[in-house]
Amino acid sequence: MDAIYLDHNATTPLHPRVREAMLPWIMGELHGNPSSLHRFGQAARNAVEEAREKVAALIGGRSPEIVFTASGTEANNAVLAHVARRTGHGHLVISAIEHPSVREGAARLEKGGFEVTRVSPAGDGVVPTAEVVQALRPDTRLVALMLANNELGTLQPVAEVAAACRERGIAMLCDAVQAVGKIPVDVHGLGVDYLVLGAHKFYGPLGAAAVWVRKGVELTPLLAGGSQERRRRAGTENVPAIAGLGEAAAAAADEMAGRMALLSSLRDRFEAELARRMPDVIFHCQASPRLPNTSHVAFPGLEGEALLIRLDLAGFAVSTGSACSSGAVEPSKTLLAAGIAPEEALSSLRVSFGITNRLAEVDAFLDALEREAAELRRVSPMPREAVA
Amino acid sequence: MTDPGLTAVAMSGGLDSSVTAWLLARQGVPVVGLSMLLWDHSGVEAHGRCCGALDLGDARRVAQQAGIPHYTLRMDREFRQKVVDPFVEDYLAGRTPSPCVRCNTWVKFDLLLERARRFGAGRVATGHYARIVAGADGPELHTALDAGKDQSYYLFELTAEQLAASLFPLGEMTKHEVRELAREAGLVVAEKGESMEVCFVAGGVREFVEEQVAADPGRYSAASAAALAEPAVLVDTAGRELGAGQPYYRYTVGQRKGLGLAAASPLYVLQIEPEENRVVVGDKRDLLAPGLRGERLHWIGPPPTGPVEATVKIRSRHPGTASRIRPLAGGRVEIDFAEPQRGITPGQAAVFYQGTRVLGGCWIEGRL
Repeated sequence: MDAIYLDHNATTPLHPRVREAMLPWIMGELHGNPSSLHRFGQAARNAVEEAREKVAALIGGRSPEIVFTASGTEANNAVLAHVARRTGHGHLVISAIEHPSVREGAARLEKGGFEVTRVSPAGDGVVPTAEVVQALRPDTRLVALMLANNELGTLQPVAEVAAACRERGIAMLCDAVQAVGKIPVDVHGLGVDYLVLGAHKFYGPLGAAAVWVRKGVELTPLLAGGSQERRRRAGTENVPAIAGLGEAAAAAADEMAGRMALLSSLRDRFEAELARRMPDVIFHCQASPRLPNTSHVAFPGLEGEALLIRLDLAGFAVSTGSACSSGAVEPSKTLLAAGIAPEEALSSLRVSFGITNRLAEVDAFLDALEREAAELRRVSPMPREAVA
Repeated sequence: MTDPGLTAVAMSGGLDSSVTAWLLARQGVPVVGLSMLLWDHSGVEAHGRCCGALDLGDARRVAQQAGIPHYTLRMDREFRQKVVDPFVEDYLAGRTPSPCVRCNTWVKFDLLLERARRFGAGRVATGHYARIVAGADGPELHTALDAGKDQSYYLFELTAEQLAASLFPLGEMTKHEVRELAREAGLVVAEKGESMEVCFVAGGVREFVEEQVAADPGRYSAASAAALAEPAVLVDTAGRELGAGQPYYRYTVGQRKGLGLAAASPLYVLQIEPEENRVVVGDKRDLLAPGLRGERLHWIGPPPTGPVEATVKIRSRHPGTASRIRPLAGGRVEIDFAEPQRGITPGQAAVFYQGTRVLGGCWIEGRL
């Protein structure tokens, strides 16, 4: 049996259009360094600029505002490092549920003398605007708030926080990696200064991401080197991946309404049917504004790790939250920050649907989930002692 | 026997457990590879230690080569409680511990099987060189056919129930054959060396003990922690003071080097007395003992009703000596050697053999 993939917040398969766009660069029909003056270079430059236009169009920006990077992590770090270099000291506000690249990036600045305020979400998985605004100070240099949380799928009040920042002249970074391609994103509607997106979360390739930098806002290159990306990111452009990112952006723009309808129908079907079959499950943040594809659910008394392994052995790929590099499971910092008890966090699964999933797959998954949960309950009636 | 379901292979990323997984997969046994995250080695170049991150990566790659699923289970909290803390406490109590026995019994069998059962694995296979043989009273533990590689000493605390749910596919193979198999299969670990030291200790054992106590003094008995820096008094067998030495826990029974004492004939550590902060030293022949006292006596099969004649190994590389084992009340035991033995080391295991069969064993408290 082919395995069914339900972990699209981790990464997604390539869209057929993306594969088509990348193939000439992989099969050897095309190659070139965009900085070269000759025809090979010109073709590569053209591919990169086309991609830039498509990415800008997806988020309502202008193409000169797009800086390509190798990952969302790199883009977030570049913005934080820019702030550190520009101001030297001061205060940052981040949410407690940011991606590690923002969390750890801010912690690094903290070691260098910055003060960092971390704002926790309320029980609904949403960071309260008022608490972020309250944390702002005259020396606040940057506020970082993600658009959609990778684990809970909850949408954060980025536009409201950005408005407060703009009034005070504070720069704002929005990590929109989990949102772009899943919901409409408009940089001007949001009103932020930096917005980060990554291709592989919306059917583009690994190794290509971008940061949109509002016109008139600066970004110092993270690495010293060449003058690529208008002197904002040194290093030869990853042309095949950037071409893929561009096409992924174009496909997302074309398919947005259909994607959202499909994903929310799959997710809603899953949640309604699961609640009917297993009434004791707890859906996290179900009533909050959230991504259409993400469901985060606790199975009280069951160990999420064992359930994940049972499901994988049965051919269904889901997640228990953030996996560390060795693949071992630990209680998620995001869930703890959202006030979810450690034992409930450890009994949770994240199911994230994608555009290739079908209703029949959801039904097959429900059957497997019901079966494996019952079997797990039979062999292991007591949950493992929670890791505090 | 009922269908065991999946077989969980404990995969450390080393040669032996890798070949175990590959062999079972090749035989068509439904297997799942499991690696245990036991200890945070961050900051340490951790290749060649059974729980290092690089080795977990090797385990994953071997699982891919063997075409089996593989998962890493976090067990660092349990490992700390069941293995590392007792290891430190043993040193602080003047004993020389054998952490690998505890790790094998508690972690690789008890805990791993308990976790593996949750996803349908009914037994555990490991790369140990030992054999499980069906006997009249249930499964028996026997030495490996490759006597030079035999690891049965480390498994003496297993129960018959655990053996019934265990598999040692390498027990009838030589190390050379195992490596040849890995080469034939092209496993990425085929040329890997042995991991010999205690896996969670990166540098010296004594330094490790000091670091652990310094990091969290409340974790261990306060008196012991306070005594860490204090030099022990070295005395002879008559109790005469010979001088000040290093802190007591830095000594091991049988140790000759590094005593820093001038004497006509070489002096050896005979006994460590943490309560008095004394280390008794003496002549080599004073190390000889007619027997030992043990605790936490364990029999793999049904316990005997009276004394037992067996060959006893008092450390892993000991050749074994003919002995009479006299069980006492409360899990205690006294063992009389046919020939006096040197180096009875508190904290080490004494393991009982009849021919190739492991009957059980105990933990050494001291000499008779």
